Amino acid sequence: MNTPTPRSSTSVPSASPGRGIAPWWQALPLATVFALFFLIPLGLVLMVSFWNYDQYQMIPDFSLQNYLAVFDGCFSGGDLCVTLKTYLSTLKFCFLVWLITLVVGFTVSYFLAFYVRSTGMQVVLFVLCTIPFWTSNVIRMIAWVPLLGRNGLVNDVLFKLGMVDQPIEWLLFSSFSVTLAFVHLFTTFMIVPIFNSMMRIDRRLLEAAADGGASAWQTLWNVIVPLCRTGIIIGSIFVITIVMGDFVTVGVMGGQQIASVGKIIQTQTSYLQFPLAAANAVILLAVVLMIIWGLTRMVDIRKEL
Amino acid sequence: MHTPKRTLGFWLLALFFAAYVLFLYGPMLMIVVLSFQGPEGGLTLPMRGLSLHWFQQLAQGLGVVDIGAALQRSLSLGLVVMVLTVLFSLLAGLAFRKKLRGGTVLFFVAVSSLIMPSIIISLGIGLEFRLLDNGVKAVLDTLGWQDTLDNYGTALGIFSSALGAHLSWTLPFGLLIMFAIFNRFNPAYEEAARDLGASPWQTLRHVVLPLIAPAVIGIGMFGFTLSWDEIARTSQAIGDVNTLPLELQGLTTTVTTPAIYALGTVTMVVSFVVMGLAVGLAALLAARRKAQPST
Repeated sequence: MNTPTPRSSTSVPSASPGRGIAPWWQALPLATVFALFFLIPLGLVLMVSFWNYDQYQMIPDFSLQNYLAVFDGCFSGGDLCVTLKTYLSTLKFCFLVWLITLVVGFTVSYFLAFYVRSTGMQVVLFVLCTIPFWTSNVIRMIAWVPLLGRNGLVNDVLFKLGMVDQPIEWLLFSSFSVTLAFVHLFTTFMIVPIFNSMMRIDRRLLEAAADGGASAWQTLWNVIVPLCRTGIIIGSIFVITIVMGDFVTVGVMGGQQIASVGKIIQTQTSYLQFPLAAANAVILLAVVLMIIWGLTRMVDIRKEL
Repeated sequence: MHTPKRTLGFWLLALFFAAYVLFLYGPMLMIVVLSFQGPEGGLTLPMRGLSLHWFQQLAQGLGVVDIGAALQRSLSLGLVVMVLTVLFSLLAGLAFRKKLRGGTVLFFVAVSSLIMPSIIISLGIGLEFRLLDNGVKAVLDTLGWQDTLDNYGTALGIFSSALGAHLSWTLPFGLLIMFAIFNRFNPAYEEAARDLGASPWQTLRHVVLPLIAPAVIGIGMFGFTLSWDEIARTSQAIGDVNTLPLELQGLTTTVTTPAIYALGTVTMVVSFVVMGLAVGLAALLAARRKAQPST
C-alpha cells in the first residue's frame, strides 16, 4: 500500500486554492465564542476589580481599595485574616485531594494499562471509570447523604457491629465529606491522562527492565512513573484548578459551613459587590496561574492527544 | 508482549480496582433505589415499601420550583449547546489541519478556558452582561425611549449568557477530541479522493465525515451531557430563570424527602439515555461502513 507521509498533506494547504473555505473562516466561530465568553469576561473582571461600588451600582474608578479590602488586617500581625485563612483551608483541600486522586488514579490506570490483558476488556473497564463524568456532580454529591448521614448506612453498620454507641457526626457536612466528594468526583481527571500516558509506553522497555533484573517496583518507579510525567502533570492541573475555584462541592458537602475562595466570590456576587468579587477573582487567578506555572513549564499537550 | 502472570500483585490491584468502581457507582445506585421509597420512607435505608410516590411529588413541583419548566429549559439549552459544539469544533478541527495563522494562540486560549476556575469565568460573563444592560439602558435613556426602557429587563438569559458559559466549557473538549482524531487520521484517503477529482467539499462530505462520524457523535454527547449537568459556570451568568441542575443544587438545602432522589434519578436517566443513543448511533454507523466498504 502506498502510504504517503503526513507531511505531504499538512504542508500543502489546499489542492485547489480558492475553492476550499479558508481555515481562518472555519476557526472563526470557535474563536468568537472564546473571545466573547472567555477573553472579554476575563478582561472585564480585571477592569472591574479596580472599580468602586455602592449598594446599588458599580462606579467606574481606578482604585486599589478592593484589593486593600481583601487583605484587610492581613499584615497587622496577630491572628490570620479571613482571606489568608480561607486560602490556607482551600490549599489544604487542594493538597489532600491532589495526593489522594493521584495515588488512586495512578493505581487504577496502572492496573488497567499493564495488568488487563485484552484490549476489549481494557476499553470496557476504562469506560466504566469515565461514565460518571457525564452525570451530574450534585447528584453524585447528594448520593453520599444516605450513606454518611446521622442515620445513614455507615453509622448503622458501625452501630450494629458495636463499634460506636452513638452516631458519628463528622461523616457528613464536614471537611471529611468535602474531601471524599472531591475524590469521588475528580479522580477521573487523573485516570484519563495518566492512562493515556501509560498506553503510550513502549512495552519493550518493560521487558528490557525485567531482563535487566529490575523488580516490579523498580520498573514501576524508574521506568513507568517518569514516562507518565506528562499525564500526571495534566491530571494534577485539572484537579488543582477545579478544587481551587470550587464552591459547589464545598457548599453542598460542607453544609454551607466551610469557607472556600470560590464561595467568597459567590457570596460577594450575591450581595452585588461585583468589584470586590472581581478583586478576589483576580487574586485567585494569580494563585492558580502560579501553581500551574510551577507544575509545568510547557508540557506540549498537543503531542499527547 | 508483556503479560505478567496472575501474581498476588494482580489480585491486589484487581481488588483495588473493584473497590474503586464500587466507590464510584455505589452511592449513585443507592439514590436510584431510595427514589422508589414508599410514601412513608425517609432519606436513608431501610426501604419502607416500594412506590412511585416521590416521582409523582416531583411532577407536581417541589415547593415553588417548577421542575417541568426547568427540565424543558435545560433540555433545549443542552440541545443547542450540543449542535453548536459539534459544528464549531468540527469547523475549527478542519481549520487546524491546514496552515492556521494564530492557531497556537487559539489552541492555548481553548486549553486555558478548560482549566480556568469556573467561578472566575462565570463572574466575568455575569459582569459582561450586566455592563451590557447598563449600556443599553443608557442608550435608551438618551434616546428618550421611555417605554422600551421600562420594559427592558436584562440581557442575561438561558440562550445568551448561559449558552456562552456552557460553550466556554464544552468547546475545549470538542476541539481536543478533534485533535485526537486528526492526529490519527490517515490523509491517504483524502489524497485518493482529490486525485480522483473530488472537490474539497465532496472530499469532506463523502470521505472525511463518514470516517470521523463516530468521534463527531462523541463530541455531541460531550456537548449535551456537560451542558445538562453544568452548574459552576452558569451560576453567576444566569438571568431570572434557572437551569435544572441549578434548581437541584438549591433544593439540596430545602428538600428533605426522597423527592430529591427522584429528581436525581430523572436527570441521571436523561444522561444515560443520551450516552446510550451516542454509543448506539456510533455502532450503527460503524456497522454500516463495514457492510459497504466502498463509499
